Amino acid sequence: MELAGTALPLRAQQLMPTQDLRPLIRGVAGETPPRPGRVHIGLPQLAENGNSVPLELNVDSPMTEAEHVRSLHVFAERNPRPLIASVHLGPHAGRARITTRIRLAGSQRVVAIAVLSDGSAWSDEAEVIVTSAACLDEMSL
Amino acid sequence: MIRLAVSLLLLVAPAWAQAPRSGLDYQGEDIRRLQADDFANPAMLWVERGAAAWKRKLGAADKSCADCHGDAEKSMRGLAARLPAWDARLGRVSTLESRINACIVREQRAPEPPPEAADAIGLQAYIALQSRGMPLRVEVDGAARAMFERGRALYGTRIGQMNLACAHCHDQHAGKTLLVEQLSQGQPTAWPAYRMEWQAAGTLERRLRACFLGVRAEMPAYRSDELTALQLYLAWRAKGLALEAPGVRR
Amino acid sequence: MSDTATPGRLHVPPTAKRGEVIEIRLLLQHPMENGFRRDTLGRSVPRNIIHRLAARYDGREILRAELGTGMAANPYFAFFTRATASGEVLIEWEDELGQKGSLKAPIEVA
Repeated sequence: MELAGTALPLRAQQLMPTQDLRPLIRGVAGETPPRPGRVHIGLPQLAENGNSVPLELNVDSPMTEAEHVRSLHVFAERNPRPLIASVHLGPHAGRARITTRIRLAGSQRVVAIAVLSDGSAWSDEAEVIVTSAACLDEMSL
Repeated sequence: MIRLAVSLLLLVAPAWAQAPRSGLDYQGEDIRRLQADDFANPAMLWVERGAAAWKRKLGAADKSCADCHGDAEKSMRGLAARLPAWDARLGRVSTLESRINACIVREQRAPEPPPEAADAIGLQAYIALQSRGMPLRVEVDGAARAMFERGRALYGTRIGQMNLACAHCHDQHAGKTLLVEQLSQGQPTAWPAYRMEWQAAGTLERRLRACFLGVRAEMPAYRSDELTALQLYLAWRAKGLALEAPGVRR
Repeated sequence: MSDTATPGRLHVPPTAKRGEVIEIRLLLQHPMENGFRRDTLGRSVPRNIIHRLAARYDGREILRAELGTGMAANPYFAFFTRATASGEVLIEWEDELGQKGSLKAPIEVA
């Protein structure tokens, strides 16, 4: 079966609405807005295809019983469903670093939130430009 | 006027204006890194399917590929680098896919897999992997000649609403930028490959059909003579380039 | 030919020193259908993604994830744990159709 894809031409990408992430972030981090820092988001500035973009999340944390990362959350403000993933960690993770691959429905801002064992929340963000394919494909019909 | 100029260019430019370069050279860093990583390369998931399919008994004959061909790492080594080729038994030029399918029908007595079936792509990827790193060296003389000439002619023929031949993009303008992509030479070294656009692995036939669509031409049917001829010509044109299957592409 | 599901691939270093931080890599074969695609006849392709994933080792959970439609098809993960004892790393997941899968790999800790 051939499927029509999610890739849209540049103009359509530009028309996609940007969603307000604040209520979603409150849902994972609580009422106090996260402070910038501690968490680092690694994404390419230019992604060749929005279907699969490499993402790395890294938190400065000793990952001990006393002090560790409790959870990590990634949001993309122009994805139809902005919350991409929530990952719960603990002291047994050894190192607070995760690599994965995500979908981005067009160029946009991606936000990462880290919630630490002391209840504090930290954030980082990155702007990614998602390029459009040069040629029409069966998937883009 | 422009069309005339392009036609003249096509006539005068030698086919070998550029040294052959793998399509991998035209991909970004992420895709190059992914293809080089045998764990993270998603096409390897299809290879694992293929390795399982190789050992699975199938059809009225209740035979597996391994029952006749033994260890694929030995028996299939080098095969994919020589295909497509004239097949005396079938009396036609066969691709890796059509050769596997003929074997499934004749020896296993099982139905021919539909185009782009995941296990079929898996078998092709698994068999092609046994030739990874080997230079392509297809034979186009003798009985394969007619099919080769047909492929060469098709490659240079204007088609579709855009009125473009394969050669316009992939010989004349390879290396130039179209939107933000660099036009590749259209070398067929990675297939079957995982394509980001498809979010799956697929065959060179699927990729070529997408090219026909790209120039707004009617897509040839899977397993048609047109696609076989083109694949033979492309393999000959890529002579000496190393097979990379299973590759990763945009 | 039947399209038998291949669960995926898991890499855990076969041996490690006690206390060492080790990398675990995981690649699963799954379309992660986001529910926004249509087939060539215009029919909506139903959403089905791996929405739950967990990793356990030495009797403890080292990672648990809730995944959304923004995860790439054929999901890939690399993450870490501290080598504490010889045993097994176990990965379990479930998609929205209720299909469950698991992979495990042994580790020898000296």
